[in-house]
Order: sequence, then C-alpha cells, then structure tokens
Amino acid sequence: MDAQLIYVVLAAAFGLYMAWGIGANDVANAMATSVGSKALTIKQAILVAAVFEFLGAVLAGGAVTSTIRKGIVQTDLLADSPELLIYGMLAALLAAGTWLLIASRKGWPVSTTHSIVGAIVGFAAVGIGIEAVQWGKVGGIVASWIVSPLTAGVIAFLIYNSVIALILSKENPLERAHRYVPVYIFLAAFTITLVTILKGLKHVGLEISVRNSYLLATAIAAGIAVVGAFVIRRIKADPKAEKDQHFVTVERVFGVLMIITACGMAFAHGSNDVANAIGPLAAVISVAQSGLVSAQSATPVWVLLLGGVGIVVGLATLGKHVIATVGERITQLTPSRGFAAELAAASTIVIASGTGMPVSTTHTLVGAVLGVGMARGIEAIDLRVVGRIFVSWIVTIPAGAILAIIFFTIFRLVLP
Amino acid sequence: MANLLAGVFGKSPVMPLERHAELVHKCAKKLVPFFEAIVQKDWDTALEIRSVIEQLENEADEVKKDIRMRLPKSLFMPVPREDLLELLLVQDKIANRTKDVSGIVVGRRLDVPDPLSELWLDFVGRCIDATKQARKSVQELDELFTSGFRGAEADLVSAMIDKLDRIETETDSKEAHLRAALFKIENEFNPVDVMFLYQTITKIGEIADMAERVGRRLELLLSH
Repeated sequence: MDAQLIYVVLAAAFGLYMAWGIGANDVANAMATSVGSKALTIKQAILVAAVFEFLGAVLAGGAVTSTIRKGIVQTDLLADSPELLIYGMLAALLAAGTWLLIASRKGWPVSTTHSIVGAIVGFAAVGIGIEAVQWGKVGGIVASWIVSPLTAGVIAFLIYNSVIALILSKENPLERAHRYVPVYIFLAAFTITLVTILKGLKHVGLEISVRNSYLLATAIAAGIAVVGAFVIRRIKADPKAEKDQHFVTVERVFGVLMIITACGMAFAHGSNDVANAIGPLAAVISVAQSGLVSAQSATPVWVLLLGGVGIVVGLATLGKHVIATVGERITQLTPSRGFAAELAAASTIVIASGTGMPVSTTHTLVGAVLGVGMARGIEAIDLRVVGRIFVSWIVTIPAGAILAIIFFTIFRLVLP
Repeated sequence: MANLLAGVFGKSPVMPLERHAELVHKCAKKLVPFFEAIVQKDWDTALEIRSVIEQLENEADEVKKDIRMRLPKSLFMPVPREDLLELLLVQDKIANRTKDVSGIVVGRRLDVPDPLSELWLDFVGRCIDATKQARKSVQELDELFTSGFRGAEADLVSAMIDKLDRIETETDSKEAHLRAALFKIENEFNPVDVMFLYQTITKIGEIADMAERVGRRLELLLSH
C-alpha cells in the first residue's frame, strides 16, 4: 500500500506541474485575443480565464481525460502487470513536462497535447510493445489534429463573411451591429452551452435528456443574449473620435460579444487541455486504488478539481505576463474579427472535448484566425507560421516519445 | 516562449501607409506658401520652406522603407502585396516631385514672371487639392480593410476617386492655360529660364498625375 501512495503522490505532483504549465503558457493563447483587441483588460481576462478554465475542466473535461487515461494504451495487455501502466503514465507526465520546459526555454512553440500523446504512445509502443497501442484511436486523434484547425477555419470564414455581409459592408454598420450582435451572442452562448450539457455533464454525474438539453441551452443562451443586448444598447457613437462609419464604436459593440466568446474560449480550453495534465494522473489513481488496469470507474471529480486549480495557479503566476505579451502582438484581431476566430475555435474545441478528442487549442485557434484571413479580415498573415506548426509536430511527438521511453526505463528499475 | 498565435500576424502596413499619405501631402502642400514667397520675391522664406520640404520628403522615405520591410513575400493579405507596394511607390513620387520642383526653383533662383503669378498659384493650389484628395482616399484604407473591400465603404472610396479624377482633369486644363500664357510672353525672358519654367510647370503637373495614379491603385484594390 505504501508503494501505491508513492505512485499517487508522484502522479499528483507531476500532474499539478503540467496543469501549472498549461495555465502559464497555453491559456495565454485562449485569452490574448480578447486582451489584444481590448475587449478585456488583463485583470478581467485573468478573472474570466480562472473561472471558465476551471468550469471547463470540471464540467466538460471528463471525456478527453478518459481518452488520455484509457484510450491510447491497450490496457488489457497489462492485466498481469498493472504497475507497468503506472510507470508509463508517470513517465509520460514527466516526459511531457520536461519537453515543455525545454521548449519554452528555447522559445519553441510546442503543443501540450502533442507532447503528452507522443509520450504515452512512446512508452506504450517501445516500453511494452507495438501492439500495446490502440493505433485506431491514435490515428483518430492525429486526424483530429488536422481536422480541428480546418473545421475552425471554415467556421471562422463563414462567420466573418456573415459579419461583413450583414454589418461591416453596410451603410449604417453601427445600427446593424446593434441589431445583429445580440444574435451572435445567442449563437455563441447556445453552441457552447449545448455541447457542454450534451457531452460534458454526464462525466460529473448529471444526466439530462436531449430535449431538455436543447431547452436548457436555449434558455441560458437567450438570457445571456438579452443581457448582452441591454449592455450594447448603452454604447453610443462618439462623433468626435471617428469618421462617419463609426467603425470604432462598432468594434466596441463587438467587444461585448467578445467577452462572451472569451468565456467560451477559456471554457473550451479548460475542457480539452486539463486532460493533458490529469488524464495520466487519473490512470495512475485508478490502477493504484484497484490494482486492476481495466477499472471502469469514472474520473474522480477531485482529480478534475486538482487540474482546474493547477491551471488557475499557472495563470496567476506566469500566465498573465504571457497574455500581456501575446496580446500586444495581435492587435490586428479587432473584436469583430477576434470574436469570429474565438467562436469558431471554441465551438470546434468544445465539440472535440465532447467526443473525447485531445486537440491542440492553439492550432485550432490559428486555423480559425487563418479562416478570418481567408475572408479578407486580417491585414497581414505570416504564412511561415503554417510551416512552423508542422515542424513543431514533427519535433514534439518523437521528443515526447523518446523522453517517455527513457523515464519509463528508469522507473521500471527504480520504483518498487 | 515563441508564440504560435502571435506568429500568425505580420506587421500590418495599413496605418504606416496612411501615415505616409499624410506626410506626402504635408510635403506637397508646402508648395503653396513656397510659390507665394517666390511670387513676392521673398527668397529667405522660400529657402526656409525648401528645407522643410526636404525634411518631410526624407521622413516619407523612412516610412516607405519601413513599410517595405513589413511586407515580406510570405505575407498573405486581403489584397495583393504588389498592389500595395505600387500604391506606396506612386504616393512617394508625390514627395519626390515636390522636392524636385522646389529644388529647381531655388537652385536657379527662378522668378515666376509677374503676369503669370495668379495663374501659377491657382495651378499649384489645384494640384495640391489633388494630393489632398489622394490622401483622403488612402486614409480610408483601414475602413476598407475593416469592411472587406465591399459594400458602402467601397462605394464611398470609389466616389472619392472619381472626385480625384475630376480635380486632376482640372489641373490639366489649368496647366494648358499657364503654358499658353507663358508662351505669349516667353520672348521677354532669358531662354534658359523659360525652359526651366516649362519644366517646372510639367513637374508640378506631374504631382497631380501621381495623385491620380494613387487613386488608380486604390481602385485596383477595390476590384479584387
């Protein structure tokens, strides 16, 4: 029993470190859009991020967590030696954490999701055997890494085109914005609420029928839209500060919308990325408690809570500086453009979370931004970044895998 | 840590282009007080203005270089990068021509003949109206980018460009009048000076031409 306690404490420590790293680095991508467009101040962004990352992690983080926990490794093969799964998951956490630390020291943009998936596949394939990996599932995950940025891009393209057609290209964009922005608010709130209710809540033990889910999502979204419309109505044009088109005021109206999509983005990020930290932890706990690898129990809520807390601490310690830095560099993303990117990315990610796909939040958001760009929404996009995404893939997955294999071998020798 | 999201964004050339438009017009506008001083034979003031023109032309050059640095080939933009660079180059020529004109006049101590002074100032004034209209049109660039180069904003800019064209046509006829007036009295002056007067008139006319070509370039952006 002592050995089991050591495993759980180690896993909790590594998991907390990963969650802290996610809060420190990745959350910035989800929030910087809103800060860069001045829809939120840094303080407000941190508050929004803390609340909604936490809610996302706890309410909708279950499915991805269970994928990381038992969707990649063929756990049946380990029935006779459950400790191998423990060593492996510990090694994967440590490997991903180490790799992220190296990458951030060197200034390489790498994805937490890719690190952890690479690490788990690595220890399973090499440490245990090729057949120990559920290659079908892994193939699905890798496909989702391509599909999610593309989906987000297409959605963002469509949303931003609708914004141009309905509002920005018209003669009275301000009047139009007052009329249509509440509709976008409704859409944003509805999508995120619905997916959460349909896909997320059962992991925390709440079961709501599909019909009631739609009704509840509609009610919540309508409530938010009404409040939004009320706030928007109070935004008046300042004739001295701008030309007749009132684009500055129009952007302020979109700023209200962006507060909603920022909440959605933080929620989506929490729901997907918390798994990177606590998925392996949940696996270790499950094996350590039962001594069986195929335990069917759900992820304990306290583990999700731990992940949520870790992210918020990371955010509060280092994340706020990263948000400020990134925010300063993406000022081209005005609220009308930023909300389109955020709404597209958040919807895609929340759907991925609901179906248990661990995707890269950052890549999905980059895909959405490119989608806005395709709709002629961004003055200058540096296409070299697309190349950089592929390089970070090619480097991160083997790096995570190799480190995991090394740590796995060490743990097998050292741990009881 | 290098950030992927921040890396997506190149530096936008839009506000610097608008600033360049502002500088170029500010530079060209100096020709009005410059020639008022010349007409009144106030060379001290003319020389002072000439140095301000040089300074503004230099500033515009710096902004031009900065914009070019911002536009590497890897950029993806809503409008072709080449068209923006062309717009910038034509716009920059307005400042170059202004510097040339003031340079010739100061360098040769070229007097504007008294009988021409009214027509001359009128011609210069109208050319500067053209650069002003060009600046106004270019300063709609950020709104054009916001509205996706479509709809009401695109129509607004089209109308501005039409007005620019009309102003340029007027400068052409004013230029013709001025040449005709000079032709009538050219025998009374030193032939070399007269040659340079013609040349100066041509160059001033070119300022309006360049302004019109800025409009053409802007129109191209609208057609994409």
